[in-house]
Amino acid sequence: MIFAIVRTALIGLRRDRGALALSFILPIAFFTIFAVIFGGRRDTTPKVSLLVVDEDHSVASERLIQGLEREGSLSVKKRPAPKQGVEQPNYTAATAEAAVKAGAAPVALIIPHGFGENPISFGRADQDRPTIQLLKDSSDMVAPQVIAGLLQKVAMTAMPDIMAEQGSKYMDEYAGGFTPEQRKRIDAGLEALRKRKSAESSGQQTALADPNRGMPIALTSRDVVGENKDNPMVSFYAAAIGVMFLLFTASSAGGSLLDEAESGTLDRVLSSRVTMGTLLGGKLCFCSLLAFAQLVLMFIWAWLVFKLDFIPHIPGFVVMGLSTAFAVGAFGMVLASICRTRAQLGPLSTLVILIMSSIGGSMFPRFLMPEAMQKAGLLTINAWAIDGFTKVFWRDEPVSHLWPQVLVLLGVGVVLCAVARRLARRWEYS
Amino acid sequence: MASAPVVSIPSPLLLLPLRIEGLVKRFGELTAVNGVTLELKSGECLGLLGPNGAGKSTLIRSIVGRVIPDAGTVSVFGERADSAGARMALGWVPQELALYPKLTCRENLESFGEYHGLRRGALKTAVAWCLAWAALTDRAQEPVKNLSGGMKRRLNMAAGLIHRPKLILMDEPTVGVDPQSRNRIFEMIENLRDEGISMIYTTHYMEEAERLCDRIAIIDHGRIIALGTRDELVRNAFASRSEVLARFASADDSVAAWVKQRGGLYENGMAQFTIDHATEIAGLLDAATKAGHELADISLRKPNLESVFLHLTGRELRD
Repeated sequence: MIFAIVRTALIGLRRDRGALALSFILPIAFFTIFAVIFGGRRDTTPKVSLLVVDEDHSVASERLIQGLEREGSLSVKKRPAPKQGVEQPNYTAATAEAAVKAGAAPVALIIPHGFGENPISFGRADQDRPTIQLLKDSSDMVAPQVIAGLLQKVAMTAMPDIMAEQGSKYMDEYAGGFTPEQRKRIDAGLEALRKRKSAESSGQQTALADPNRGMPIALTSRDVVGENKDNPMVSFYAAAIGVMFLLFTASSAGGSLLDEAESGTLDRVLSSRVTMGTLLGGKLCFCSLLAFAQLVLMFIWAWLVFKLDFIPHIPGFVVMGLSTAFAVGAFGMVLASICRTRAQLGPLSTLVILIMSSIGGSMFPRFLMPEAMQKAGLLTINAWAIDGFTKVFWRDEPVSHLWPQVLVLLGVGVVLCAVARRLARRWEYS
Repeated sequence: MASAPVVSIPSPLLLLPLRIEGLVKRFGELTAVNGVTLELKSGECLGLLGPNGAGKSTLIRSIVGRVIPDAGTVSVFGERADSAGARMALGWVPQELALYPKLTCRENLESFGEYHGLRRGALKTAVAWCLAWAALTDRAQEPVKNLSGGMKRRLNMAAGLIHRPKLILMDEPTVGVDPQSRNRIFEMIENLRDEGISMIYTTHYMEEAERLCDRIAIIDHGRIIALGTRDELVRNAFASRSEVLARFASADDSVAAWVKQRGGLYENGMAQFTIDHATEIAGLLDAATKAGHELADISLRKPNLESVFLHLTGRELRD
């Protein structure tokens, strides 16, 4: 009897292609995507982009940069990519900051004039000593930490002689031979260390919060993007999660076409004055409006609960929201037009949307992905929508800067509409 | 001398509610409609009678413009079947419950009314008329999914009439309906007939066709095999003859062979013979006894549409 039940269920599964796909293809597809992103294949490990500005042009600064360039996990750029074959000038502090603000790289390192005279600080970031500046986009929480760590490592490995020379200088400066006076100073230093340790244990934050403590190279870091934001990742997640669910909503709304086709209502509607084009147009409007309403709700919630800076960004939000909603609505139409039944639509839309969302950045930021995956992500609605919303809410860019995202989303929407219209011909006549 | 203005007078033929000429529709190897030619007179109710799969629904869908014929023409009040004019003149009640289940009766009617171009006052009036016609006024705010099967059928019919068409196509509107609801539907259709609306009514129930239709077209394998009033069909098939229905004690192949040999039809254990006079029954009984076939039951009846269909096709209507 149990065998009969199992056999019946197996036959049912075998004949339900959607369930089969969900059971076997979707897990493999997801495993593959995540394995490519996080699997640690050497050729696909993501590199952190770093812009470097050398204002010092000293031996020390050049060797530091060479050391950074040798790091396999960094992609060091001293100048922007050539435009129309014309080499661009090296970054300056201002252009590097602008580039970080524009999202060209998450971090820029400014090596100031005079750095080479006293490159090693051993933990002291003096006011009168030129200090390397790290300009960062705090939406990328990983890259600045990686660069700060690698900078110290490179200082140790790429400049050993300079370190030794600097060490002896400090010895001269502070020790001057172990006279009673030296002993007194060393004791005082030790006492200071003890006090520091004691303060650490009691959780006091005074000078101990200095991130350069114990590091060979002093570093000051500054957020150049989102420095005034209360909650840096909220706008990202509002867009990322929002777009993913928009896709699900649109696919479900588009599925009403299939319901109507199956019930015969579509035939009745098309026997009236309503044409297939009008019907698709109406459905597209509905899907898009629904998607836009969902976005509005999501961002208002983020504003009320998570202090997202919504009000000043309403124009940009409306532009991006409408473009995204249109593309997503058209996507729902295509999915519905491809499928023959509602039963087919469910698994197919789940498969497509989850894959789009994972490579398009709805599940985790694209900047964490290997470069190839980041590029693949650009084939998805998610990536362009998230990029646009990030420009609006994170980078505070004006509406006019949204044209690439808007153009792509509208273009995708138009193409998908044309595809849906073509596929919907099967419903027009038999 | 200036010529007189030419006044275009429509031909009476063009003004027929429906005119079908040589209609053919194939689906792959299957010819669903095979050279149908048909005319519907104004105010007439024409029944399309045939078994499942005979081609009735395909013919109806061709008239509505939902099927592109492989050959032939369909004109509705002189206009091509899928033209805007034809769509306005036509009302279609599909076999399926083509409604929005989550919407109320009123909302469904309003939606279909708007799809037909009705607005504001006209829409309101049409919805009220439809609700009253379908006896659903008191259920107007009820979602369709909560209605009984008969109510859904009535609403399905009303939705096809929301724009008050002059020609109505009803595709088996009583499928799956209990006898009480069926009678209610018959009354609704008779109301439409009284208003002089032209109608095509497809069914595989002969009693519906006999009750509601002025003329009946018997359709089988995509062809119209007989067309006329009920009496004409019977007269053409049987003249003044009567039918003898006989059931034998055994239903083996020898009985079927004997019935066929005597010029009768044998279907589902029942033999049917056509006789000119009742006196012929005695001879039939003698012959059966001599052939060794014991009769279990015998009856004499006047032929009906079912008899006509069996006579014409050798099959029963509900096969």
